[in-house]
Amino acid sequence: MNLNEKIRKATTHISQNEGLIFEKSSPGKKGYKLPPLDVPEVDPAELLGEQAREDLGQMPEVSEIEIIRHYTRISTWNYAVDHGMYPLGSCTMKYNARVNEYVARLTGLAEAHPYQPERVTQGALRILQMLSEQLIEITGMDAITLQPAAGAHGELTGILMVRAYLESRGNPRKKILIPDSAHGTNPATAAMAGYAVENLKSNAAGMVDMASLEAQVNDDVAALMLTNPNTLGVFEQEIHKIADVLHAKGALMYMDGANMNALVGKVRPGDFGADVMHLNLHKTFSTPHGGGGPGSGPVACKKILEPFLPTPVVITKKDGTLGFDYNRPQSVGRVRMFYGNFGMHVRALAYIMANGPEGLRLTTEDAVLNANYIRKKLEGIYDLPYSTPTMHEVVFSDRLQTPKGVKTGDIAKRLIDYGFHPYTVSFPLVVHGALMIEPTESESKEELDLFIDAMKSIAEEAEQHPEIIAEAPHNTRISRLDETMAARKPVLRWKPPAAAAGK
Amino acid sequence: MRYLPKSQSDRETMLREIGAKSIDDLFAAIPAEYRVKGDLDIPRSYAEGEIVDFFRQRATESAQGYATFLGAGAYSHYRPLVIDSLISRGEFFTAYTPYQPEIAQGTLQSIFEFQSMICELTGMDVANASMYDGSTGAAEALMMAARVTGRSKSAVAATVHPEYREVITTYARYQGMPVSTFGCAKNGRVDLDTLALAIDDDTAGVLIQSPNFFGTIEDVAAIAEIAHDKGALLIVSIAEAISLGIVKPPAEADIVSMEAQSFGVPLGFGGPYCGVMATRERFVRQMPGRLVGEARDRNGKRGFVLTLATREQHIRREKATSNICTNQGLMALMCGIFMTVYGREGLKELATQNLAKAHYAAEQFKKSGATLLFEGAPRFNEFVIETKTDPYAINDKLLGQRIIGGFPLKKFYPELSNASLWCCTETTAKASIDAAAKEVAL
Ligand SMILES: Cc1ncc(COP(=O)(O)O)c(C=O)c1O
Repeated sequence: MNLNEKIRKATTHISQNEGLIFEKSSPGKKGYKLPPLDVPEVDPAELLGEQAREDLGQMPEVSEIEIIRHYTRISTWNYAVDHGMYPLGSCTMKYNARVNEYVARLTGLAEAHPYQPERVTQGALRILQMLSEQLIEITGMDAITLQPAAGAHGELTGILMVRAYLESRGNPRKKILIPDSAHGTNPATAAMAGYAVENLKSNAAGMVDMASLEAQVNDDVAALMLTNPNTLGVFEQEIHKIADVLHAKGALMYMDGANMNALVGKVRPGDFGADVMHLNLHKTFSTPHGGGGPGSGPVACKKILEPFLPTPVVITKKDGTLGFDYNRPQSVGRVRMFYGNFGMHVRALAYIMANGPEGLRLTTEDAVLNANYIRKKLEGIYDLPYSTPTMHEVVFSDRLQTPKGVKTGDIAKRLIDYGFHPYTVSFPLVVHGALMIEPTESESKEELDLFIDAMKSIAEEAEQHPEIIAEAPHNTRISRLDETMAARKPVLRWKPPAAAAGK
Repeated sequence: MRYLPKSQSDRETMLREIGAKSIDDLFAAIPAEYRVKGDLDIPRSYAEGEIVDFFRQRATESAQGYATFLGAGAYSHYRPLVIDSLISRGEFFTAYTPYQPEIAQGTLQSIFEFQSMICELTGMDVANASMYDGSTGAAEALMMAARVTGRSKSAVAATVHPEYREVITTYARYQGMPVSTFGCAKNGRVDLDTLALAIDDDTAGVLIQSPNFFGTIEDVAAIAEIAHDKGALLIVSIAEAISLGIVKPPAEADIVSMEAQSFGVPLGFGGPYCGVMATRERFVRQMPGRLVGEARDRNGKRGFVLTLATREQHIRREKATSNICTNQGLMALMCGIFMTVYGREGLKELATQNLAKAHYAAEQFKKSGATLLFEGAPRFNEFVIETKTDPYAINDKLLGQRIIGGFPLKKFYPELSNASLWCCTETTAKASIDAAAKEVAL
């Protein structure tokens, strides 16, 4: 049978082979040229004495054309948003606008030194202030820090602020409540902030179970870390009651804002009771994921938490110019050197400017529309464990396919053959065999229909030829890699063949 | 909205197929009283050209084109053009974390090469795929030392970047990790006697920076001996990565925590940068952050995967080595390309130019009457001078010539009131050095 018969989005093509850069190296090749030195030469051995280094060992020696070809060739082995739909749930893989990249590279911004005098840095400070103001408006909060470098770093910052606030009132308390559907960073963060983690059960609708919440919130609870919409793509309908239960016992509500792409312009966490939250600029505000990072995780909070924000914060000084305020005695301190991932702040502001209020709202609407369209078209073909309304992402399970031995991870691999990046596999943990699909607003109806067709076709294959799926992907450069062996005998760096063979 | 690939009629068709009357039906789960009524109070939508104009204006208000003598944890080096050309490929910058190795080999192989080069340069066995930056990396390295040794305390040199130390203070406070500080001798190096006093049987990690915040290169071997004698791990933080081209690697360290910004990452007003952690093979299971390892596919073909994930938050949750998830991947790619461009000979040549420029500047400043502090130990591309006048006043004069002077140290070290930290790289012109030398004389 023809493995590729039903595949419409992609076909195979020539792909260049390429070794490791070290394998192209040979002594004397150069990819650089330095200008002549305009000061007297020095002898490193003389200036550095025994601290001088003789040799850089196995560092590569290659020419410029080889460098271009090397990285270009290996780049073609990646799938990316620029190729097509990238429906990784919880990751919000949306279009990364080119104007964002352009403006972040403008000389004055790209070359600004973090310690240059404030008076000649008003432009960069203005960007920080404008982004802060706009994110405050979007979240409905009162104050913000842009310092955290990613979502998890924002979580740590926010929870430390909760801790400092509670401490200032006499008791930091002992634990953080975290729903069983939460992302792994939430419990890891609570532990780093010195809190015990207590699990909170979801109810049959996939939402926080109010009875459990009421039973579990007591004077030991510092905060609830809640993702809203949660990782099932479900909006916590009793969100304000949740906040009330917490507040009545002196606990706070931390909102993981990873899923803000479902809310921007439609509802504001500050209005529904969140006390502190982080945003992922690399999700909702379109800064690129870069193959793993960088991100940016601003933390917005209510007035009561403002004194505890990390130092420094941007202020307008008496003379009307902008500057940093370091004098914040109640601050949790610094969470990162300098002011955060400024390059991401530039991009996020450019994204907000391109959209304006209507664009942001329409973006949210399209993101939710796309997820609901996929849900409608695939419901019944894939098991939908929670029938609660879907926001920006939909979570199916592999229950209908497992009798044939086909699991979510296999379906994901087969999607690769169909020309798509897989959805998020096996998360959230509350759904056994989860398929977590987040299309974002960046997909056209045509692309969604291709995806839906692919998913249907894979479901048919699961019935008729489950072995095709079990061995997928078939059309990639490499087949499934042996991850167990990779972890058992880790090879984490290149070594010259002789050394690798055991000296 | 130009980023949205749908016509109004597409939207209507889709709503109809879903069985919704209007888009608001899809938001019915949100209680009506909390829904935003009307528009958010943010500026209107701008055209692309307007956005470019806006940021160009902000760029001209950010010391565009000034010469700088600032280093202090963020270094101005020339960035070969191939870096931006390559990282601007959508295949790299619009991809996610390589969780699906069959379609992420480009990212995975580039990180494997990055890890390999960092190991080569630092003398460590393994390096991770990046940390947020040098400051958080240093804090996490101390936490790692606590896990490895089962001890609870940290000792940190006063010559570690002051902002790194502030971050460490924030992180340590709730880890139950007391942090003691040890100072430096007259030559700028760690004072070995105070160091010995700062370490006891419960010290997990000793953190130094080399070259340190004053530009002095530490005697890592001597410090390692003292730390190891007491059973503590030695962590060496490196803020100026170019130093590795000419300075002996800290091979005696147990953990190297680097800020690799100098390897081709723009100054960018402080970020994004590229932290990275490297260590001994025997400690790898306590290391935070992602790791890429070699693997074989069914046909025996070489490929790369994320590995040893049982250390990480998505598997271990509250028992993970760190909460880090998103890292600085694209910056690691930049650094990998930079290290490849310069390579074995170029990094040495580049580092030597830095050494020569800083040496010349220090000599010129001395001739002008400034006092060079911390003499008697080797330095790389930074040095501290003491002037008769307030360094801020000197810098004001230089600013008029579009030159940003050295970093006045009193911000962090009140006792060094008229001292400032100057950095010269391969980009510092002799003319700027000579101009600055005139002003520091005053
Ligand atoms: C729900 C949720 N929370 C937190 C995070 C952590 O964010 P980051 O990867 O930016 O640290 C993520 C994404 O990875 C997430 O999906």
